[in-house]
Amino acid sequence: MSEAVDPARAAGWIDPPPRKGFFTDTSICIGCKACEVACKEWNGVPEDGLLSMLGSSYDNTGALGASTWRHVAFVEQRSPTDPGETGRPGDFRWLMSSDVCKHCTYAACLDVCPTGSLFRTEFGTVVVQDDVCNGCGYCVPACPFGVIDRRIGEQGARNVGIAQKCTLCYDRLGAGSAPACAQACPTQSIQFGDVDELRERAAGRLAALHDAGMAEARLYGEDPGDGIGGAGAMFLLLDDPEVYGLPPDPVVSTRDLPVMWRRAGLAALTLLAGAAAAFVGGSS
Amino acid sequence: MVPDAAFASYYGRPVIKASPWEKDIPAYLFLGGLAAGSSLLGAGADLTGRAGLRRSGRLGAAVAVGVGSAALVHDLGRPARFLNMLRVAKPTSPMSVGTWILTAYAPAAGLAAGAELRNLLPHRLGRVAGVLGALERPAGILAALLAPALASYTAVLLADTATPSWHEAHRHMPFVFVGSAAAAAGGLGVLATPADQAGPARRMAIGGVALELAAGHRMERAMGLAAEPLGAGVAGRLLRTSKVLLTAGSLGSALVARRSRIAAVACGVSLLAGSLCTRLAIFEAGQASALDPKYTVVPQRQRLESLLLADEHACSATVQGEPKEPSGS
Repeated sequence: MSEAVDPARAAGWIDPPPRKGFFTDTSICIGCKACEVACKEWNGVPEDGLLSMLGSSYDNTGALGASTWRHVAFVEQRSPTDPGETGRPGDFRWLMSSDVCKHCTYAACLDVCPTGSLFRTEFGTVVVQDDVCNGCGYCVPACPFGVIDRRIGEQGARNVGIAQKCTLCYDRLGAGSAPACAQACPTQSIQFGDVDELRERAAGRLAALHDAGMAEARLYGEDPGDGIGGAGAMFLLLDDPEVYGLPPDPVVSTRDLPVMWRRAGLAALTLLAGAAAAFVGGSS
Repeated sequence: MVPDAAFASYYGRPVIKASPWEKDIPAYLFLGGLAAGSSLLGAGADLTGRAGLRRSGRLGAAVAVGVGSAALVHDLGRPARFLNMLRVAKPTSPMSVGTWILTAYAPAAGLAAGAELRNLLPHRLGRVAGVLGALERPAGILAALLAPALASYTAVLLADTATPSWHEAHRHMPFVFVGSAAAAAGGLGVLATPADQAGPARRMAIGGVALELAAGHRMERAMGLAAEPLGAGVAGRLLRTSKVLLTAGSLGSALVARRSRIAAVACGVSLLAGSLCTRLAIFEAGQASALDPKYTVVPQRQRLESLLLADEHACSATVQGEPKEPSGS
């Protein structure tokens, strides 16, 4: 683990409040989707146009997107804790996990936004300013988690054509309340709080599960040394991240930006020199 | 060659999102490159007294950058807000950097092209024609100096994303793109300029094709698994077509374009089409790589596993090196 960066301070906030985030403990998620509903209700997020059965267990939401800011994943599998010696198949188990924007310490969506619409709040979260975004769509392929998207729908409907994602209920945070999803979660699978404290809570919960013999429990997004500088929204998972549709080792694309600009500069000089040579060489 | 790609995923669904961009964006990649190369040809022709090549270069650049900019605005979710791009200047956003390059370049290219048309102005606008005449060379040279940045930044624009087949190409794509720009602009020059003045355009096309093909080859070698989408499906067909068109256009420019008008036109069209196919291929490959979780999960999983191996190696080395302190974990 490396030293944790305070993203609000790094963005220029003076004396910001403690960084806020989520710890989603998927080991106690019951898949009720109260978080999805509460999020939609509070934030006025419209129907995402996919009112259909997806054939993926109880998940008919599909994925995070412009109109889905919490997404409960359902995985049906044989338990990996099966001792194996008996030769019998292991117990069946559910994996349920409520996914959300990670509010990265190094957020690619924010880095690449050309209008300044995406910004770092005093709480260290990443939020779209609806009245500034012009829908260029650059944040969409930039996000290493596939979270943010451009809203599609009827012309003129709310925020159609612009980028949308979880705001960690910026309006509620300002008033001292917890985000709607955390408030609605009946099992405290979604915990809201100061990121520093959530990291400790996550480590404690991991140790407890390991002591209880659940060796497959692991944390995701809690390490400030990872490719996004640690997430504001971290998770306790019971299988590899990709099983839940999460990238196993996400890296903020702008980490390689200095190299990219250097190479582009070199290429530009090559073109300039080549063009000059085209006029110097030859007879006509 | 490619290691075993068995991997876990969530119902085979994408981990990341493909860009929401339509064909406007690869069209702009092509037109921006064409404009950049054409400005270079126009300025060079201006300084070396080739009036025909100067005219085709300047006019081609202005039309290309005009149509390209319109495509960019059209692709926005809220086109009426396109000026919001000018609220900030952010070096971490290649799109912001590109907006400012374009904002500086387009008026200069427009002015240089306007000067070419000043004889069409009615007589009473003689003063305007005079101003255009005085500014044409500085404007043309300014456009040419900004042009290489216009041609190369678009590679950074694509590469600075989580899209595997764009990001993994980040070291070589700028060279592919400037080569493609030179091929396209050279093609337009060969097509639209009398053969006796088109020498620089022919040489630019030949050099551009050589650079694009060489850099493209290195790019594919360096991309690992993410190179796969460049050889498959629509992207694969486009890339193969592009290589054929560019090679034909380049050979034709070297051997026959000087002698026959028809051959020159055919070469020019072939080079322009080849450059367009390259841009479309790279665009489509990126989109395909985002939609298949394999290209996101497998390289990341391999990265983690090699790290783990290295860690274990380091651990066992430490334990062997310091036998006095057996470590618990």
